[in-house]
Parts: sequence; C-alpha cells; structure tokens
Amino acid sequence: MSTLPATTTDSREQAELARKCLYYMRLMREVEDRIERKLYRQGKVLGGVYVGRGQEAIPVGSILRAEADDVLFPSHRDMAAFLIRGVPPGRILAQYMGRVDGLTRGRDGNMHMGDMNLKIVAIISALAATVPVAAGAAMALRYRGSRNIAMCYFGDGSTSLGHWHEGVNLAAVQKLPVVWICNNNQYAYSTPLSAQMACENVADRGPAYGMPSEIVDGNDVLAVHEAAGRAIDHARSGAGPYLLECKTFRMTGHSAHDAAHYVPAELFEEWGKRDPIVRLESRMLDEGWIDNGELEAVRASIRREVDEAVEWADRSPYPDPATLLEGVYEEAERR
Amino acid sequence: MTTYLEAIRQGLWEEMERDQNVFLLGEDIGVYGGAFKVTEGFYERFGEKRVVDTPISEAAIAGAATGAALMGLRPVAEMQFADFISCAFDQIVNFAAKCRYRWGAPVPMVVRAPSGGGVHGGPFHSQNPEMWFVRTPGLKVVAPATAYDAKGLIKAAIRDNDPVLFFEHKALYRRVKEELPGGDYTVPIGKARVAREGRDLSIITYGAMVWTALEAAETLAGEGASVEVLDLRTLLPLDREAVCETAKKTSKVLLLHEDTRTGGMAGELAATITESVFEYLDAPIVRVTAPDTPVPFSPPLEEAFLPNAAKVVEKARWLYRY
Repeated sequence: MSTLPATTTDSREQAELARKCLYYMRLMREVEDRIERKLYRQGKVLGGVYVGRGQEAIPVGSILRAEADDVLFPSHRDMAAFLIRGVPPGRILAQYMGRVDGLTRGRDGNMHMGDMNLKIVAIISALAATVPVAAGAAMALRYRGSRNIAMCYFGDGSTSLGHWHEGVNLAAVQKLPVVWICNNNQYAYSTPLSAQMACENVADRGPAYGMPSEIVDGNDVLAVHEAAGRAIDHARSGAGPYLLECKTFRMTGHSAHDAAHYVPAELFEEWGKRDPIVRLESRMLDEGWIDNGELEAVRASIRREVDEAVEWADRSPYPDPATLLEGVYEEAERR
Repeated sequence: MTTYLEAIRQGLWEEMERDQNVFLLGEDIGVYGGAFKVTEGFYERFGEKRVVDTPISEAAIAGAATGAALMGLRPVAEMQFADFISCAFDQIVNFAAKCRYRWGAPVPMVVRAPSGGGVHGGPFHSQNPEMWFVRTPGLKVVAPATAYDAKGLIKAAIRDNDPVLFFEHKALYRRVKEELPGGDYTVPIGKARVAREGRDLSIITYGAMVWTALEAAETLAGEGASVEVLDLRTLLPLDREAVCETAKKTSKVLLLHEDTRTGGMAGELAATITESVFEYLDAPIVRVTAPDTPVPFSPPLEEAFLPNAAKVVEKARWLYRY
C-alpha cells in the first residue's frame, strides 16, 4: 500500500483519485467480461480475445497520472487507455465485433486499434515491435520541443524479443522521454517467467541499459499511480527513459479459447485474493472515501453504461465489402 | 555533371532545407557521413538533432522512423546496405506498412537501401531484396536508374504520405552522371519512363539493369532491331499501363532484373501482360535474371551470376527472330 499524507486536502484528492480509478477499472472489467464471457460465447465477437482481468490497475493508475497529450502505446491488456482517453465503450465493442464503428472500421480486431488524435498508437501482434516505435515517437516529441512523453506498455514475454532490446537501448542512448511499463503477469501464453528469462525481475534489465527502473505492486492502483508519477517526472525532465515493472498476474488464459490448465490452481487462488478492484474498494471503505451504497451504485451505473454500449455496437453495421481496397495508400483513401 | 550519388545527396539536402520535419537517422550517417558518403556534410549543416547516428539496430531505426512519422515528422532512415533490411523486416512490413489501412494513421517515412551487386560485396553486401517489399501492400517501392530520377524520386518519396522504400543501386553511385536542372523538381512515384523508343521488342527493367538494357539495345540496333527500353522506376505501385503499352506496341517482351529469378518482378510483369494484352503478343515472354543462388563473392562467379548486356543480347536476338 502506498503511504498517504494525512492532510484533509490531500485526503480529499486521494478520495477523488480513488473514485476515478475505481470507475475506469470497473468499466474496463465490465467491458472485457461482456466481450469474453458473453459476446464471444454468443459468436458476436470473433477471433482472438485477450483481456486484462486482474491487471486493470496498471493502465488505470499510470494513465491517470499522464497528461492528455502524452503518447500512449497500450498493450492488448490495457483497454483502460482507450476509456480514459474518452473512447466510448460502444466503439470498443464494435471494434471487437468487426463493425464499421470500431476504431479500425473492421480492418483489424480486438485491442489492435489506435487513434493519433487521441495520441494512442495501435499495437501489432508481435507486441515488442511497439517498443522502437515508441522510441521514435519520443524522438519526435523532443524534436519538436514538446514537454510530452511516450508511455509504452508490454508484457514480460515482450522483453525476450530483439526489438524490445533495440528499442530500449536506442531510447537510453538517446536519452529519450519515454516510460516503459511492463505488466509482468508471469505468463507469456503458456510459458512461465522462469522459462522466459534468467533474471528475477524485468526491472533488473534497466541498469544494463543505463536507465533507472523500479518494481511496483501492479495490483495496487494507487501505488501504480504514485510510481508512474516518478517515472513520468523522470522522463519529462529530460533525464531519459525509465522502466517501471508492475508485478501482477494474468487471471485468465492467454486468450478466450485458452483454459490455462498449465497454470497451477493455487496461483489463481492466491492472486485472486489480490484483485486490484476488490483491494481498492476495501481501501476506499476503510478510508471512508465511499460507502457500500455508493459502491453498488457505481457498479450498477457501469453495468447500464455497458448494456447500452453493447446495444449500440450491435446496431453498428458490418463494413461494406466494396470498401475493401480503400485506405492502403493515401491515394486510395475514402472518397 | 551530377552523379547518381550526388543527386540523392542533393535531393536529401534540398528537402531538409525546405521542410524542418525532415530528418535522417541511421548508422554512421552523421559524423562519418555514411558508409558511401551520401550524407557527408549533413551533420555539420543540420546538426545532431536532424542527423541522428544510431546504434547498430536496424529494427530500432525502422521502428523509430515509424514512430516519428506517426507523429508527423518525415524521417529518412538509412540501411547501411539493403541486405541488412531483413533485420528491420517486421517493423517495415507489419508496423509501418499496415498503419494506414488498419487504423488510418499515415506513416510518411522513407527507408533508403543501397542495393545491388557488381561491387564484389559477397552474399551480404550485394542483394536486391526489393521483392520482399513489393508484395507488401501499404509500402511503395522505388528503384531509380538515373541521377535525374534518383533526385526526383528521393524528393517525391520524402513528400509522400506513405512509407517508401528507396532502393539505390550501389554500382550506379559514381558511375552514372548527367546534367540536372537547376530548380526544384520531383519525379512522380508510380510512373514508368520510356528510356529508349523502339518498335521491334521491349525490354522492361529497372535500377542498374536499365543501363544494361540500353547497352544491349545499342548492340541490337547495329543488327537492325529496334528495341524499346521501359524503365519502371517504381515497382510498387506498378505502372501497369506503361507495361501494357510497350507490350502492345512491340508485341515482344523481354523482362530483365538483377534480382534472382523465382518470385522476381518479372513474374508479376509477365502475368500482367498476359492477363491484359495477351492477344498483342507475337512471341513468348522471356526473362533474363540472376539465377536462384545467393550472390557469390569471387569475381568469375559474380560475373556469371549477374545479368549483363551479352546475356540480354542473346535472348533478345532469339526473341527478335521468333
């Protein structure tokens, strides 16, 4: 748990922050639950479904600490990035359903989406490929004399790829304004961390590149928020990149089709007790920032919001096959 | 007279003077001026912010160029040799090429790739890897043959709002020169050029092989054959209209490239011609290409590997008499 200053003003601010965190974490979980446990099973969501259940504190805590013009590179388990930047849940659902109102208009699915107006860059399936791209975005920010930074998210598995090392090294040697945020959920598909790397922590890799790194409890949203503040301040100050490793656990299979039999049941049980939403809620109750009635009201209102979003997305049409050839090049953009 | 290398240099220089968003990144391009000295003097003029010496990290170079381009800059990345572009493959074909189609984000970047053999470079400093990219929708691929086109196309590539791969042939760097016009000009991407007019047969080619084709055409002219040479200049998007036009005009087509045979540009050209203007043909389409081997090092082997005017003349004679 993060330590909190005792003054009333700070406490009010903390309470307000906690409410925001709770809203986005609950909303992300509700949207993802609906996708994975309902729409996918109904055959309305097709293809791969990868959720961030149990990892919501990482995107929520860190992005609520960022500025609106900081450039985000969310991984496939960071849906909250889109919610916080104001993308309506209906558009996210339409994206998963291959509808024309999805962010990619049906050109790509699931979390493979982005919007440069919102300063969010879309991942590709080879996730570590994002890392050098984030370094380049940071290079562009510095080039223009902007105070903004890039915030790049990836899992533990991504740190095994050459692109990760090349991108991290380039950013370090160029002292680029970028924060690397690892959601270490301890499994890359079926491969446990012990078969992924020989060092104990992803953060151990920071010093090898000449950059500071830090480990934070990735299931404590306020702790993530605070640690992200240190990382962001460092990068924004011009001191170069910062690696923040958020320890967490993937409370699902790799994707919706994967029952994760390879994960020992005790691990799910143990990490289930550290659910970031439940933890935040009890903390808020303990601190007197919220009461049970209000908590239930938040849940109910989010359920309604997502109900409406699902209906909206389901009314969105599929893309017209006649548009297949549009947008490969600038010359072939929609006319 | 301006060499092919100097023409690229001028194009880069002028674009950097014209547009503050243009910057260069690559290995040894700054203080050292580049392995081939294309960017000599740029560091002194434009400084380290706009001429970025990177670690030996082709994936990071291509990825960083993609990221900067997404942010609205116009990066020009240099691969020291086109052969090393394989290290950056994922960034180019999966990241940069697909952004616009997937989520509407333009990636106005250029990747310069010094390619081609005939320089005793061996298997890893001589390749023509253009076809890896020609079959990637979303990329544009250019391969100039002349100094004029090299300058006009590098400028057009920089101004283009899609990722452009610029294959500059190393053997042409200092061998090819011409007078260039004074002011600013560009050469349109996607437009071929008739390098020599002819009536009896067409050689369709690009890059350094344009000069081989012209040499062969000259020899054949002495034998009474009038040869047309079409220089593609851009491989993707392909100027299918110009390809079909020359095939219709001469009814006999020889396809020539320095790249290896299977899956080379010639296959796509042959398919395009037979699909569109088959009834105009008076002879089978023939190919002159490098064989399906790595590029060998030792001079007699490399000479046997590379297409040359003699090989083209031999095939063209057969075609002419058909």
